[in-house]
Amino acid sequence: MAKNIRVIPRLDIKGPNLVKGIHLEGLRVLGKPEQFARYYYETGADELIYMDIVASLYNRNSLHDIISKTAREIFIPLTVGGGLRTVEDIRNVLKAGADKVSLNTAAIKNPQIIAEASRKFGSSTILISIEAIKQPDGRYLAYTDNGREYTGMEVLDWAKRVETLGAGEIMLTSVDREGTGKGYDIELTRMVADAVSMPVIACGGAGNVEHIGQVIAEGRADAVAVASILHYDFIGYNRGEVDKEDEGNIEFLESRRTFSKIKPVNLYDIKDHLHKNGFQCRYNINQEVVSGHTA
Amino acid sequence: MDTPHNRIQVAVIDYGMGNLFSVERACEHAGLNAVTTDDKSIIMNSEGVILPGAGAFGDAMDSLKRKDLISPIKDVVKEGKPLMAICLGMQLLMSESEEFGHHKGLNIIKGSVVRFPAKNREGEKIKVPQVGWNRIFQPSSEDRTCWNISPLKNIMSGEFMYFVHSYYTIPSDKRTVLSTTTYEETQFCSSILWRNVFACQYHPEKSAAEGIKMYKNWAWAIKSKQGQKLWKEN
Repeated sequence: MAKNIRVIPRLDIKGPNLVKGIHLEGLRVLGKPEQFARYYYETGADELIYMDIVASLYNRNSLHDIISKTAREIFIPLTVGGGLRTVEDIRNVLKAGADKVSLNTAAIKNPQIIAEASRKFGSSTILISIEAIKQPDGRYLAYTDNGREYTGMEVLDWAKRVETLGAGEIMLTSVDREGTGKGYDIELTRMVADAVSMPVIACGGAGNVEHIGQVIAEGRADAVAVASILHYDFIGYNRGEVDKEDEGNIEFLESRRTFSKIKPVNLYDIKDHLHKNGFQCRYNINQEVVSGHTA
Repeated sequence: MDTPHNRIQVAVIDYGMGNLFSVERACEHAGLNAVTTDDKSIIMNSEGVILPGAGAFGDAMDSLKRKDLISPIKDVVKEGKPLMAICLGMQLLMSESEEFGHHKGLNIIKGSVVRFPAKNREGEKIKVPQVGWNRIFQPSSEDRTCWNISPLKNIMSGEFMYFVHSYYTIPSDKRTVLSTTTYEETQFCSSILWRNVFACQYHPEKSAAEGIKMYKNWAWAIKSKQGQKLWKEN
């Protein structure tokens, strides 16, 4: 009996807004993160990830507000990342309502923070985000700051190291694929998933439901993070409100354009597709008979 | 009016293991006033007690000893106060654990704690910990009586709950097994009901609407003072 694959909407946050970029750059404002989170929760998201992607440059209070609002009404695991530097930062977002934290830069600068934080809050609370970029020679290197800062570290070495230090999960993002809709980096995901015994969340590149099945079957991902395909589906029929006085490019949202490579879907479609293709995942068992799912 | 003052107070035992905030929020949502504490008198004066926890079994027992919380927890059980033990909290109720050597548990429920195997029958590597959603089933031999008087009442057998764990419990008395779950071919006990004690390996506070229903059922059992009378006697 195979395990249940988790489908995890990833919400990139800048100030008060949900944003989406390509290769983690060129951010476009999509709406209020709480609205998207609520909708994803109600339609069967298995967890949520909030990434404060420009955290180091802006005030953190808006993020804490968004976390608290979300945590009051949403009872699935919420991971928060972006700009967390110290154990105190971790404690503060957990206190605001996060269930797990995602670390990248802080862990690379000071790997001992993984050991310290997993002792204090439990391994399962500490998720390590690895931003991978494929090099011309075929190697995958880990980057920080949304793929901008070179570390010289090999992804595979780093993944094994964070496991020994006590991390609970890895979120593995292909910066090359992120936001492009070209599909997950299967080679990268498989390389890491086969090498560690903790769960690996594949992130970056989902353009349609087939991509999700592919990274589970061939990439051996334990979970998938999805963003564009869900966000574009939501804004397709539900114009979210946007703080216009706040930072961000909203022209994209107003234009109602989308990318040819990205086929918007909702979580029901994703889960339905997974089920029909023999992947197990959580679904609404009250609808078992209606949709033809079997236990 | 439903203010914190007239809400029923439950103690969430704080012994430095894991993140308790989501437990507090779930209690709040279920109409309970959760007080996170390591103070014995607050624990004994609360109408229900939650033993949460994440992390290592040995560290947890050491911490309970250091904070002198072992006898208060045993007293809670003896007095018939509703106790909900979650995840590592459930494991601590057992007699012993094989986690990193061998450790004695609280010995409130006879049984042991063991780790998931590293490989399945085909010899393939299994991901441990189990992180994610899995289904809880009523043990096939049982009728629904226990289920229907437990915090699982009005939750369907086969419902999905959120798990994060490497170890699981094996209660000696199979009658205390309220639900079972299967992960990578291993069937294990995912909930226990024994007298005033309800224990679950999953996190109801992270298990969406069905998990919150469980907190509400538990809150109802406390409020109606039905808990200790209704729950299974073994």
